Amino acid sequence: MPTFEVIKRRLKNKKVGIAGSGGLGSNCAVALARVGVGHLVITDFDKVEESNLNRQYYFYDQIGMQKVDALEINLRRINPNIEITKHDVKLTPSNIPAIFKDCDVIVEAFDKAEMKQMILETVLLHFPEKYLVAASGLAGWGANEKITQTSFGKLYLCGDFETEVSEELPPLAPRVGIVSNMEANIVLELLLGEMRP
Amino acid sequence: MKITLNNTPEEIQAAQLTVQQLLERKKFTFKLIIVKINGKVVPKQEYETTQIHDGDDVVIFHLVSGG
Repeated sequence: MPTFEVIKRRLKNKKVGIAGSGGLGSNCAVALARVGVGHLVITDFDKVEESNLNRQYYFYDQIGMQKVDALEINLRRINPNIEITKHDVKLTPSNIPAIFKDCDVIVEAFDKAEMKQMILETVLLHFPEKYLVAASGLAGWGANEKITQTSFGKLYLCGDFETEVSEELPPLAPRVGIVSNMEANIVLELLLGEMRP
Repeated sequence: MKITLNNTPEEIQAAQLTVQQLLERKKFTFKLIIVKINGKVVPKQEYETTQIHDGDDVVIFHLVSGG
């Protein structure tokens, strides 16, 4: 049975791309950094705002910083040896293939459904052989039992698949945390493959 | 024809139909969806022109905002 040392050695050589550094992306990146994934590609064009702090892995004194810069600092505080490639850009169908081409797994971590659709279509068209982990439906609170996962070939989806963010159903730390960590958990399962006992 | 829809076998009463027609028949009215046929994604602009055939493995799921 592989020990955590063996597992970490495997993860050290893996590269995971995370599309978006908001609620899903920042929390997923932190989980992957903690377990020892060696190389993360992080992306976002936005700045940290006070309204993000209800769910995103940033701190009050980071308000106003670019998210990729703040996230890099936070990830390095967890693991100073992690390799980070950061892209302070808005992802589009034309830049996605180059940014994520070497990644073992790509994580969709956007907020808006339009963006989720854009990256899923782009990745599925350009890299049908790549593992892609996405999330849909995590607004509000409670209803743990509705959160689940499904897969279609190399595409994995987690969330409750129905709860859309609105004024009454904001995205909040617990459910966003659960789903982002489910994404990280699927990534581990894919990267560790046959090592699972 | 017989297809697999979202990992479940399904009998469709039609000799042929397009992705768009299948969406209407199944009342998939969500704005943002992903369609895959036999593992290949079908871009939104090709729903009207892409035919579904007997035995196809079709995946349709919708995406909601939040993250």
